[in-house]
Amino acid sequence: MATKAYQRIYTKLQAITKATVSLDASGVANEELATVGGKLAQVVKTRGDRVTLQVFSGTEGVPTDAEVSFFGQPPTLKVSDQLSGRFFNAYGKPIDGGPEVEGEEREAGGPSVNPYKRRQPSELIPTGIAGIDLNNTLVSGQKIPFFADPDQPYNQVMADVALRADVDKIILGGMGLSNDDYLFFRHAFESAGALDRIVSFVNTTEEPPVERLLIPDMALTAAEYFAVDKNEKVLVLLTDMTLYADALSIVSNRMDQIPSKDSMPGSLYSDLAKIYEKAVQLPDGGSITIIAVTTLNDGDITHAIPDNTGYITEGQIFLRADSDSGKVIVDPFRSLSRLKQLVQGKKTREDHSQVMNAGVRLYADAQNAKTKLQNGFDLSDYDLRCLDYAKDYATQILSIDVNITIEEMLDTAWRLFAKYFSPAETGIKQTLIDKYWKA
Amino acid sequence: MATNGIVTGIVSNLVTVQVDGPVGENELCHINLGGTRLLAEVIKVTGDKASVQVFESTRGLKNGDSVVFLGRMLEASLGPGLLSGIYDGLQNDLTTMEGVFLKRGEYTDPLDHEALWDFKPLASPGDKVVASDWLGEVIEGWLPHKIMVPFSFKGEFTVKSVAPAGSYNIDTVIATLVAEDGEERPVTMVQKWPVKVAVRGYREKPRPGKIMETGVRVIDTFNPIAEGGTGFIPGPFGCGKTVLQHAIAKQGEADIVVMAACGERANEVVEIFTEYPELVDPHTGRKLMERTVIICNTSNMPVAAREASVYTAMTICEYYRAMGYRCLLLADSTSRWAQALREMSNRMEELPGQDAFPVDLSAIISNFYSRAGQVVLNNGKTGAVTFIGTVSPAGGNLKEPVTESTKKAARCFYALEQNRADQKRYPAVNPVESYSKYLEYPEIQASLEQTIERGWIDKVLEAKNLVRRGKEMADQINILGDDGVPMSYHEAFWKSELIDFAFLQQDAFDAIDAVCPLERQKYMLNLILDICNRSFEFDDYEQCRGFFKELINVLRQMNYSEFKSETFWNYCETLKQKLSEYGN
Repeated sequence: MATKAYQRIYTKLQAITKATVSLDASGVANEELATVGGKLAQVVKTRGDRVTLQVFSGTEGVPTDAEVSFFGQPPTLKVSDQLSGRFFNAYGKPIDGGPEVEGEEREAGGPSVNPYKRRQPSELIPTGIAGIDLNNTLVSGQKIPFFADPDQPYNQVMADVALRADVDKIILGGMGLSNDDYLFFRHAFESAGALDRIVSFVNTTEEPPVERLLIPDMALTAAEYFAVDKNEKVLVLLTDMTLYADALSIVSNRMDQIPSKDSMPGSLYSDLAKIYEKAVQLPDGGSITIIAVTTLNDGDITHAIPDNTGYITEGQIFLRADSDSGKVIVDPFRSLSRLKQLVQGKKTREDHSQVMNAGVRLYADAQNAKTKLQNGFDLSDYDLRCLDYAKDYATQILSIDVNITIEEMLDTAWRLFAKYFSPAETGIKQTLIDKYWKA
Repeated sequence: MATNGIVTGIVSNLVTVQVDGPVGENELCHINLGGTRLLAEVIKVTGDKASVQVFESTRGLKNGDSVVFLGRMLEASLGPGLLSGIYDGLQNDLTTMEGVFLKRGEYTDPLDHEALWDFKPLASPGDKVVASDWLGEVIEGWLPHKIMVPFSFKGEFTVKSVAPAGSYNIDTVIATLVAEDGEERPVTMVQKWPVKVAVRGYREKPRPGKIMETGVRVIDTFNPIAEGGTGFIPGPFGCGKTVLQHAIAKQGEADIVVMAACGERANEVVEIFTEYPELVDPHTGRKLMERTVIICNTSNMPVAAREASVYTAMTICEYYRAMGYRCLLLADSTSRWAQALREMSNRMEELPGQDAFPVDLSAIISNFYSRAGQVVLNNGKTGAVTFIGTVSPAGGNLKEPVTESTKKAARCFYALEQNRADQKRYPAVNPVESYSKYLEYPEIQASLEQTIERGWIDKVLEAKNLVRRGKEMADQINILGDDGVPMSYHEAFWKSELIDFAFLQQDAFDAIDAVCPLERQKYMLNLILDICNRSFEFDDYEQCRGFFKELINVLRQMNYSEFKSETFWNYCETLKQKLSEYGN
């Protein structure tokens, strides 16, 4: 996006903060891009002739006489099949040493899909991980984050899920990725031989935080190109949305906005919803599924970022270290896929939902038994059986290193039920007990 | 002459306009963005500067762009053809828009102006009429849709002429009225009404006198909502708010259901318009979609229109109420609406109240809830708007402004609890903390005693008390240990578990268990209370636990079986057998 010759250049900044600059200029459009002393910036506010711009890479070293020129358009991305297999930065510029992408220039962060034109998501996305497929089945067109503490292997699990999922394109939006994680993703995609169906937009921790704000829009603009124009099934990975929200709060703070809960901007819900709601099942077969990562502070889901996310997304996948089995497991209590009933028992075996509920209920009984044990009380026979069951259940079902088909997951669960419980103790419908109980 | 203006400032969707004439609070205007007209609403005026909230994205808007004020507030178009409609928050018809993406500045008419309706006159020349009196009716699908004297007509009118029976489109003049000063006023089948103003035009608004059946046991039996009543469902995410609300929408005993998806997920709306054309209304046997209107402003649609969406939905309910129908309005979620208010207040740099919400939040919420209610129309017939809103408290903490303000306004409180949801005890309505004020209304009590059975209220209170006691016992057992408490504690605890598992919990995804009519609720509650009133002799708590678990299992199987079917009676027999084994 070169500056055009006839454009007027401004050279007098009236105010500079860490993330924004203000100057007097006329004929400026809301949300249009500009360069400030060579750095990319976007108009966020106008009042009379005073224009405020957010400078994506920060204002370090910007002098009051920096040259400012306006592009006359909002952020755009050139889209075509050439995107496949490429790595880009937040501005959509190649970072893999390859050539610039040729293609149609599309506005990033464009309009939303008419809800009436959507279709109900109905295609199962199997991942092989039983904690997900059995208890929290994913569906195409869904949006769901991993809620994980920073020490959990969420990027690895996400890469596994992406590479096993049956999709046409995978689009990675990396925000504040450590360089090591960036290289991990690159390596994982390359060694899986899947590079040609992957497009990556990456902002690493080495780059300024405000740049991150562009990543989701860029990734989703590319996703919409493949899903809408090419009718492809697209999976978008966004990691880490907590760092994205932190960048939002930096900008709103510099603009003197009154913060709401946890010093986040009052518009956090709408800002996040604009991104996540791009997940869609389109009428012509294309779909966008979003799997994101929201890192938590010590498992606290009441913080504004995970809290607002939870109200927007269709469930969440919760990872935690389990001391019984010594593995990282998908927490069955706090994880939830809201769309699971659209495929459970419809695209999977009829006993799916009842087996899932019984398995989790019995695991909950085991947690009660554990509490009793910790409080120094005697355990009943049922409690002891629950504890043994819990250990097997965590190892064979919940652990993230499980990789089996859904049919195998159901059979495993029935086997565990029969090993430790009577049919009545599972509370499963009699007709299903008659058919599947493994005596 | 219309007032004009030019844009002088932009922050997100808050635009400052310098005006050249008078403007009103809440007046609408069009902002011209390169030929596209963006609809906006005045929310504040200072001198010749009007602050307007734009119902669309303001990307590309420039200072100096022109603005035309429209001289009216945001209005809903009311007439035959609303049923089964899918509208956005500003009542644009989403089904007639072109393309997959919503286009900025594309506004579609909510009503079909071509369609013909079979009109039948109800009023005659010479009749004296006032606003909302019925002049005639057309059949809208299955519903006799009254054509009324427009709500905006002030004073008494004399009917000069009414069109004869025949087929007309909605723009045809179907009656001519003469005002007291002799002015003639034509009436068509469509009228406009500003959504933020409550529709009056009824004789009185009595206290609700009967309950609205929902088929959800924990609501109908434990905390019933009245026809024309108000309730709200707060709960953290993942507690089944939406599932519960959809269950009420599907099964609620109402003529018309309006669902306002206010700042929520688009896929939830997709679920409604995908499934409702297939699903059957348990009360009438018609397809659910035939009684449903969807107002949908999902979370990614413009924030300002979110606020408008709940008002648009309420206005449509009030319109059908004036025809003598029972309407049910469900708004999911009112917190998103409050957040929209907060975003605007924030951009206008108003002094914030608690959690940065505007200080008049509480007043706005009460005012909205007060629009629900049962009314007696001028002709003596009755109509009702029952309103249930969901609230999404930040961090699941009920001590936040939206929940607290709503608690003051709504009469029923259905507290969804994280703990119950974690244990998959759905619906996760806390049986102890939730309440229905209607259970204390003498009129409602009398109606329940008459329609269900005598002594019903006492039974409900008894069941509630058993649950409360069971919870206390559970606390004791947790502190003192299984062996540290007398057997009676275990028995009391397991009796409450019996009520919880066999009555309060309900499988919304099971075809049979999902809908539990009052008659079945009565049977089950009596059966369960009968068990709870027996005293048992157990050797140890293991035996007690095992016994009740078996009973629970049988009762749950009964819930999954068709009421009074052979399977149902078989389980009932098994239950009696198990009870007699203990010789009581």
